[in-house]
Amino acid sequence: MQQFTVFMDIESSRSYIDELYSSDAVKVMEALVTLKNSVIGSNRQKSSVISQGVVPRLLQLMSEESLDPNIRLEATITIGSLAKGTPENIDSLIEKGTATALVEMLKTVPLGSKLAEAALCALRSIFSHKPAPVDALPADMRLLTRLTQIAREDSQEARTSVIRVLAVWCSGTVEQEALTCAGACSAAAAMLVVPPRSVPSPSRLVPALELLAAMCFKNPNVAQVALNTRHGDKSIPELLMCLVSRDKPLVVALKAAKCLTFLQRAGALPADDSRIVFGALPCLARLCTKENTEDIRASAAEVLAYLTEVDTSLQRLAAISNHLMSSLADIVNCQSAAAKQGAFKCFASLGANDEDIRKMIIETHGLMVHVVNGLNNPDPCVSLAAVRCLHSLSRSVQQLRTTFQDHAVWKPLMQLLNDSPGPELLNVGSSTLCNLLLEFSPAKEPMLDQGAVEMLCNLTKMSDPALRLNGIWALMNMAFQAEQKVKQRILCCLGTEQMFRLLGDSDTRVIMKMLGLLRNLLSTRQHIDAIMSEYSSQVMQAVIVVLEGSYPAEVKEQALCILGNIGDGEKSKDLIMANEDVLRKLVDYLAHPESKLQEAALFVAGNLVWRGEAGAAARQQRLAELGLLRALKLLRASHHAAHLHDKVKTALAQFNEFT
Amino acid sequence: MKLRKSEMAAIGSGRGTMDSQNQVQSDTVDRLKLLYPNVNEEETPLPRAWSTKDKFSYIGLSQNNLRVHYKGHGKTHRDAASVRATHPIPAACGLYYFEVRIVSKGRDGYMGIGLSAHGVNMNRLPGWDKHSYGYHGDDGHSFCSSGTGQPYGPTFTTGDVIGCGVNLVDNTCFYTKNGHHLGIAFRGLPPNLYPTVGLQTPGEVVDTNFGQQPFVFDIEDMLKELRARTRVAIDEFPLPDEQGQWQQVLHRMVSTYLVHHGYCSTAQAFSRATGQPIDEDIASIKNRQRVSKLVLAGRVGEAVETTRRLWPGLLERDPDLLFLLKCRQFVEMVNGTDCEASEDGANGVATSVISHTGRPHKRSNGVAADAAEEGGGRDVDMAPAANGDHEDEALPLVKGMPGVTASVAALLPDRFEADASSQRASVERMLAFGRELYAMSQKLSQDLYHKSMLEDAFSLLAYSNPWDSPVGWQLEPVRREAVCDALNSAILESQGMQWSSPVEACVSHARSLLRRMSRASLGACAFADLSALLAR
Repeated sequence: MQQFTVFMDIESSRSYIDELYSSDAVKVMEALVTLKNSVIGSNRQKSSVISQGVVPRLLQLMSEESLDPNIRLEATITIGSLAKGTPENIDSLIEKGTATALVEMLKTVPLGSKLAEAALCALRSIFSHKPAPVDALPADMRLLTRLTQIAREDSQEARTSVIRVLAVWCSGTVEQEALTCAGACSAAAAMLVVPPRSVPSPSRLVPALELLAAMCFKNPNVAQVALNTRHGDKSIPELLMCLVSRDKPLVVALKAAKCLTFLQRAGALPADDSRIVFGALPCLARLCTKENTEDIRASAAEVLAYLTEVDTSLQRLAAISNHLMSSLADIVNCQSAAAKQGAFKCFASLGANDEDIRKMIIETHGLMVHVVNGLNNPDPCVSLAAVRCLHSLSRSVQQLRTTFQDHAVWKPLMQLLNDSPGPELLNVGSSTLCNLLLEFSPAKEPMLDQGAVEMLCNLTKMSDPALRLNGIWALMNMAFQAEQKVKQRILCCLGTEQMFRLLGDSDTRVIMKMLGLLRNLLSTRQHIDAIMSEYSSQVMQAVIVVLEGSYPAEVKEQALCILGNIGDGEKSKDLIMANEDVLRKLVDYLAHPESKLQEAALFVAGNLVWRGEAGAAARQQRLAELGLLRALKLLRASHHAAHLHDKVKTALAQFNEFT
Repeated sequence: MKLRKSEMAAIGSGRGTMDSQNQVQSDTVDRLKLLYPNVNEEETPLPRAWSTKDKFSYIGLSQNNLRVHYKGHGKTHRDAASVRATHPIPAACGLYYFEVRIVSKGRDGYMGIGLSAHGVNMNRLPGWDKHSYGYHGDDGHSFCSSGTGQPYGPTFTTGDVIGCGVNLVDNTCFYTKNGHHLGIAFRGLPPNLYPTVGLQTPGEVVDTNFGQQPFVFDIEDMLKELRARTRVAIDEFPLPDEQGQWQQVLHRMVSTYLVHHGYCSTAQAFSRATGQPIDEDIASIKNRQRVSKLVLAGRVGEAVETTRRLWPGLLERDPDLLFLLKCRQFVEMVNGTDCEASEDGANGVATSVISHTGRPHKRSNGVAADAAEEGGGRDVDMAPAANGDHEDEALPLVKGMPGVTASVAALLPDRFEADASSQRASVERMLAFGRELYAMSQKLSQDLYHKSMLEDAFSLLAYSNPWDSPVGWQLEPVRREAVCDALNSAILESQGMQWSSPVEACVSHARSLLRRMSRASLGACAFADLSALLAR
């Protein structure tokens, strides 16, 4: 064998590189072997060789079917070796079409051959690079079927390689469905079997588990296929159940629990399935404990967050499993952003629905300090996860009054929201803000001083309906039982123009909250009169717009409620009385088939005809003329409105002088 | 019911009795034995029920002492009452676990489940006192030798199954609720704790599963983990450099093992391949090999002669060994593989004096046919002759051979009357040999070992078909190995070499270390699976 040194310089290597282009097969072969030996294990040599431009020639030698198979094999192995180099090396390989060439080759090379194995090995190395050249592999059924056949039948090395490549490649619904059709589920299942008494090998199991997870992620169809795929006497969930056990390598258990989680979230397994309840969940809770490495704990917390995101029973179970709360609190303390993010997300999921769990989270030692610190974390992923956690906890009335106040959580939150946040952060953050602005929240006042009104008004102008909703919702909460100056500020800042724009919003929920805001603004008598004295025409116009427009009943109900509030004001009553159009509508609504609209109209009428107030007689007379009295009597006689009879009677009682 | 079955079986045959006894045991014991295979129950019995004595008077027991109910006033915490299991948890369990099902939470559900040391006040709930640990249902708190609890887990009540696990490797305790691991509750536990439950208000009833039934929690999963972990700990145990030369050590072990057992050619080949020196000269190894082969072939008489010739004085100095060899020789005579080479000069005639009833016949024809054919309708006393006191035996003893009844001895010539007189001669020779053996035993120190060995050997004559008798195990060729080893060791020792090979010394050392660990309350001994480690 030819001697060579690692420190061979370019000039001295020149000669054999020239031989690569020779027409003499023997010389080419010799040159290839020398080249291969020189690049193995040396990134410097790899870079040097690539810069000398041999890649296209190697690709040619590799792909040319008429060439000696040994030459093709050596060329492929050399390409594979280059693909184990630096990211820059791989970039230039991809640039020169290496991925495509390898894929092309895989279409024709005989299965089980050394050449196929070498090609797959090279492709795997290239696909391990980020971003992987996924486009080089088209979703072509014949090709995919061939690849899954390799994954089922070929040598261990080839199987592992192809499964790794497919796991990276599978990144969307199209890929998921294509792979499923090509039989990748059963190929993965075959890889998941651990023969008894043998030590499970992560290098074999992990790629298969990753492929399975990538295929099932948020895809109910694929998850259903996976559920029913069997290998030997075991289905995929059963195989996974074996892998989450305590004697398996941690990374294997983690990935298996992740697959079970994805199967569950994609609807293939119910939340109370024993493989979730006694398999995935306890495994993940165990992996979160202190004994494990930071990256395992971080990933486990993240998967557990996804598993428990919606189901309350799983949240309750996780909360008591293996001291999860203190495990997560420890993970929050870890240095890495991934760990903090995972733990915050998990807290967010656990506290989503259950007040007792929220209490447990809050009582976990020192957690709130970490949440506040998390909000200030420079890594946007961490601050977002911290906001998610805060959002979950902010659903607790008790926490709003106590812990949140103690830790002044609104401060960093306001800061985040004022500091050009990303759309996701803005969404969760403003939702949290909504909760913080509830009437009983002591944070309300200081937040106003921080410019909350302006920020929320700006939110209502966003193109994302979710943000507009959050903005107007938060304003509505803020206006609830607020002081008059706050209400004035909201009205002033929002502006009537924006108000009308929101009333015409494409999202009914936004319109509802806008009307809700108006209701809250127009509450208590002094406030009503004060606001109406300034904004009467706009408010009345808004009400009329809604009543006349083609809105759903619940929206119109809100508008009628606003009228009712106006009708409660001393001077504002006259604004309604002066508008015959509105009055006629009111009479009509009393006879409306929708009972909640009848009720709302009744509420308005009741306020207007109330006897004890100045000008009541005149109003009664005017309304009677417009047919209100008749409408009320009809309502009293109606069987359908039996539940309103008490209110009808009260209203009718006001008319004593007439009857 | 089980007991009656075995009584009935005893009337049938001896063999039947043994089987049904095994049956009774396996029904109730197997599950616990499987859980805790390394526990020697003769030394450290497992807790199997609550103690009827070690409890406060307010505690009532029922259902084989597995159900506990409260029968006090239950007014204040002074009315609390506990009960301990019959035995403390043996350290050799490695991981111990039991489950308690809350049948009824009674008035207030003040129930505590946990552990306590011997002598801790039973008028208390577990956890309140020193060396007492408990998890309480009413508040979900854990109590670690203190009257005030720490928040630990969820509350528990009627219908819940609470498990308590003790890890005897790291001395921690965890609980489970309905099969879910709640996390570690206590650390640094002292040894020899008893499973304990405590109740405090009327109506509280709990059932217990000490492992006789399948558990709700998957304890097997944790056992597997601990086994794997112990294995890793052993594999990765750091050694000082001079002792860490595994290749060298292993080669030496293999080489000495081969030499020790006289695998001469293999040892030489191995030595050539690995460069290991052989400390003994080849001729000596070959001699030992020759003797071993004779013993293993059942030709013990020849082996004795060869030994006398090659290592004069060896057997004379070691009468115990000689007796062992002679006993084996007698067994082999029954077996038909040995005849006294000195007497008839024939080189190992491979026929038994009672070969007619030998195993091959029995296998093809079945017991009943054989018995009828050869016993001639005569009844054979099936009772093992080695039962000790023979004064009451109805039949006279064969002179000079205690334990052999006259019926058998008288029977023998009878049964072979159709055969040549040479066979009668060999029977007589055998009896003569037996008498000689008995005389020899009288000269030895009369310990139980020798006595029972001789009795077992003589008992073979008490059966019409020794191969199918309760003492037939002696005839198995595998029994020759121990004799062979003893002889080989003695020869080696006489040559000034180790009487056992390093690899075997190493294994038996490891075994005895595991026993010592168990006595020293080191739970890891449960998970060091020696045979699995050796099988690698």
